[in-house]
Amino acid sequence: MQAHRWVQPSVLPGFGLTLGFTGAFLAAIVLIPIAALVLKGASLPFSEFWRIATEPRALASYRLTFGASLLAASLNAVFGFIIAWTLVRYSFPGRRLVDAIIDLPFALPTAVSGIALATVFAPQGWLGRWLAPLGIQVAYTWIGVVVALTLIGLPFVVRSVQPALAEVDKTLEEAAESLGASAWTSFRRVILPAVAPSLATGFALALARAIGEYGSVIFIAGNLPMRTEITPLLIVIKLEQFDYLGAAALGLVMLMMSFLMLLTINALQGWRARRATGRGR
Amino acid sequence: MTLAANPAAAGGVGATAAPWARTALIVVSLTFLTLILIVPVVSVVGYAFSEGWEHYLAALRAPDTIAAIQLTLLTALIVVPINTIFGVAAAWAIAKFDFRGKHMLITLIDLPFSVSPVIAGLVFVLLFGAQGWLGPWLDTHDISIIFAFPGIVLATLLVTFPYVARELIPVMQMQGREAEEAAVSLGARGFTTFFRVTLPSVRWALLYGIILCNARAMGEFGAVAVVSGHIRGSTTTMPLQVEILYNEYDLTGAFAVASLLMLLALVTMLAKTLIELYGARRRRPLRVRPPADVGAEHRRP
Repeated sequence: MQAHRWVQPSVLPGFGLTLGFTGAFLAAIVLIPIAALVLKGASLPFSEFWRIATEPRALASYRLTFGASLLAASLNAVFGFIIAWTLVRYSFPGRRLVDAIIDLPFALPTAVSGIALATVFAPQGWLGRWLAPLGIQVAYTWIGVVVALTLIGLPFVVRSVQPALAEVDKTLEEAAESLGASAWTSFRRVILPAVAPSLATGFALALARAIGEYGSVIFIAGNLPMRTEITPLLIVIKLEQFDYLGAAALGLVMLMMSFLMLLTINALQGWRARRATGRGR
Repeated sequence: MTLAANPAAAGGVGATAAPWARTALIVVSLTFLTLILIVPVVSVVGYAFSEGWEHYLAALRAPDTIAAIQLTLLTALIVVPINTIFGVAAAWAIAKFDFRGKHMLITLIDLPFSVSPVIAGLVFVLLFGAQGWLGPWLDTHDISIIFAFPGIVLATLLVTFPYVARELIPVMQMQGREAEEAAVSLGARGFTTFFRVTLPSVRWALLYGIILCNARAMGEFGAVAVVSGHIRGSTTTMPLQVEILYNEYDLTGAFAVASLLMLLALVTMLAKTLIELYGARRRRPLRVRPPADVGAEHRRP
């Protein structure tokens, strides 16, 4: 009978007050401003929106933003998995310290990691001077963009995979190995399927973060139009030229990408939750 | 997220892996972390002090830098309490009541996490900027939001919006409602119930959320860069001051300010570790337990 009410009755006070404040504040700070962007983008005729969103400089920026983000998220998937594995399975001196510093990119302001990477990988920098004789230039090239996006995405994969790896059913692994499976086979057939949803979630989170990233990239990227210019920077440039409509059109493209990533991540987390509850059967 | 149990140390399955494979994987992990994370972080300190202590201190005493530090502190002082009150209110409504649309509400609260910082700044420019929806009205009333302090506060509010709510909601959901219901049925008022019953058992999660919110508020770059206008000594926060000094080839100055921001990150990480250690020991969800369990709690040292 209660099913027709939208809120279940409760003896606790404060529902109207807290939900009302939550809703009003959410609308004022998040929803109305985002709606302003959507409306501004939608005020353009579609042909005009399409022209701005697909001009060569914008297309080049999408290619760099998505290409570098995909590469960085893939690097994080591989190395993040190895790091999570060593942290969960092995003990070595400094393991707890390594475990603690994994979260550092979450806490480090992006301007700090940005200038640090740009300086360290510059041809005269701490790492760049060793790469320069090999003919590898990281700073001011697309490689630098990948390096910066790898740094900021690192914690996502490690922190997604770590708990899943710790909970892999040991008895299955022991059964596989006692039946003669090699360590590699038991890894591929037992561990990987159990961890796959968490690995995919971590990859998607790192990718979503990388696509929107600005601060840590712009210092190392060099920011050459058509070559090393990411989409968020192109939006900033349009704003600096007071081209609000152009900025709104590109902003709308990025916002749609964010929604798409958000839906993907929600679906992946659903998969992970089902896998977690299914394990008990 | 420190994992106490280490199966390899206990001779679990992982111990069967070949020793060379184990060594190789540890070396790969540490090398990757060193190149991508540790060397850049250490370099901040290295470059900041590359011309000695006196130069470092002089860089921090520059008037524009002091103004930037003040602006950053003032912004955090406004933003963090507001988002804390919001986080507590949102967590109370979501964790203690059942209503339709709750899942949607949680998704919307998380939205700022998935939006680019540049978009977070752009939306306020489109709303309050000279050519924005409210621009002409603000102009005739001589109110400036964009390229001024209010814009910086708004953009920071948006990017740090979910932090406290996100930490509190799962903990308050796990905590259940029985304790609050008991308190209210015994005649406690709403605020008394919250401060005496709910807060003591979620205080570590709340503190953690506040610390994360503060770190992001002080360190935000992209969103603030879009709305600030980079007016030196006036609308320049610490991360923007880092950018300005770097672009002027004042490396020591840029890294000196950056070293303060890195100190903030390290203090945040330390606080997080302490909260996890201390909170894991002390945080016991208030719950109606069977009598035997209640006694066990008091026997622990």
